[in-house]
Amino acid sequence: MARMKFLCDADRCIECNACVTACKNEHEVPWGINRRRVVTINDGKPGERSISMACMHCTDAPCAAVCPVSCFYTTADAIVLHDKDLCIGCGYCFFACPFGAPQYPRVGNFGGRGKMDKCTYCAGGPQEDNSRVEYTQYGANRIAEGKLPLCAEMCSTKALLAGDGDMIATIYRERVSKRGYGSGAWGWRTAYRMTVGG
Amino acid sequence: MRALRYLLLALALGITVPALAQQGTPRGVVSAEELEAAALRQGGIIAGRHTIPDAAQANLIQPEGKAWRDFHNVTLAWVGGIAVLGMLGVLIMFYMMRGKVMVHGGMSGRTITRFNLLERANHWMVAGSFIVLGLTGLNLTFGRHILLPVVGPYTFTAISEWGKIAHNYLSFPFTLGIVVMLLLWAKDNIPGRLDIEWFKKGGGLVGKGHPDSKRFNAGQKMIFWITVLGGAAVAVSGYLLIFPFMGTDVSDMQLAHIIHALVSVLMIAAILGHIYIGSVGMQGAFDAMGSGQVDVNWAKEHHNLWTAEQLAKRPASGAPGAQAKPAE
Ligand code: SF4
Ligand code: SF4
Repeated sequence: MARMKFLCDADRCIECNACVTACKNEHEVPWGINRRRVVTINDGKPGERSISMACMHCTDAPCAAVCPVSCFYTTADAIVLHDKDLCIGCGYCFFACPFGAPQYPRVGNFGGRGKMDKCTYCAGGPQEDNSRVEYTQYGANRIAEGKLPLCAEMCSTKALLAGDGDMIATIYRERVSKRGYGSGAWGWRTAYRMTVGG
Repeated sequence: MRALRYLLLALALGITVPALAQQGTPRGVVSAEELEAAALRQGGIIAGRHTIPDAAQANLIQPEGKAWRDFHNVTLAWVGGIAVLGMLGVLIMFYMMRGKVMVHGGMSGRTITRFNLLERANHWMVAGSFIVLGLTGLNLTFGRHILLPVVGPYTFTAISEWGKIAHNYLSFPFTLGIVVMLLLWAKDNIPGRLDIEWFKKGGGLVGKGHPDSKRFNAGQKMIFWITVLGGAAVAVSGYLLIFPFMGTDVSDMQLAHIIHALVSVLMIAAILGHIYIGSVGMQGAFDAMGSGQVDVNWAKEHHNLWTAEQLAKRPASGAPGAQAKPAE
């Protein structure tokens, strides 16, 4: 089985936000929830980079480790998913997540945040694959159809890569050695405790 | 010949060096690995600018989530487990060794008022909400290890969901009660000279005999200040968590949670001791918060100075030597 990961090649990302839009549209993500976002560091200064970030589907996922109702599970492809029928919306996963991935439909109503929502790697949830209820709760299940996440698939500069971790790391390394520079695989150190030579 | 070679070398370098610089890092050097390693070491957050309204989303990577995870899963579990179970163990051992603390002179059958209706109602409002708050709070840390395997995931979620709602809403009567307690009892709980004596003699529970005491002895004063100050700390940190992102960011909320959780488990341990003395641990003590009327002999033994003051104002009710009235 593959070990699915995301890798954003920040030296290619042009901050067009197409990945964000694709995700929103594919899963009909409600207003106020951002499963993916693009963050620009050092904006307007030397070393400016834009990075598309979502749930990284961490190894030994912090969200799963702290969830008081243990509603997370990891698929055979190492995708970190959760069961919204079990989530109590406590916000703990957000405290523990290094990437700010968990989102809540309501904020501030006496702690009533609603069920947590996050990037599913386009892999749906525990409901039956591509059923109506799965779509309503989690969005499309492209993985079940043999497809990769839509954000990466339609990235115009191919900055955002999705797929087996070793494979996308190899692609990134080849790019770096060819063009002679690269700022590294953002989040990999934190999510997977490994780095891909920059 | 040699000079010519140096000249050529210098020329070659002169040409290649700028070319390298241009090709090497055209947009400034920045390394994900180094930034992440530094953020992990220094507890910082790698943040930037984005184009969506949710300000929290400008954080790219916050490795300090790891510290909070370690606190929640390891530190809190140990501190909470030891505080609560340890206190229970100590109390059971204490009960077996010392037994119930009896009124030496026996019950007189005459009573005086210790707590009026307002004081008792307020006490039980705080006590009732504290018990639910404590249990639902402990559930968030220990429930998944203890309760979840027993009742199954869906029942456990239902319990935890209702628990969360109860926890949020009962915070209001709890906080109100703490404020009322402060107004009602602060004046009788100011530490004084007698408290030092009380501690020296080991109080009425551990030591022998009964040290002088006004309305509240040093032990009770401690419980009072633990409740009021601890209650204030959990209330403030709790409301920061109830209203996420209202003037706080994720680091502030992690800190608020750490304070909330640690103060709470220590308070639970202290209150277990308080419940013990107020119920099975001491004869006659429960009446103070039950009917509000305490036996004069109990009062004389535990709060001699206060009792003398009260009796001077108003004689005790009930006939001397009569049997104790059944609790109402
Ligand atoms: S990025 Fe956050 S939500 Fe996703 S697996 Fe890691 S800790 Fe969990
Ligand atoms: S918000 Fe939901 S998924 Fe996240 S830790 Fe709480 S119960 Fe678990």
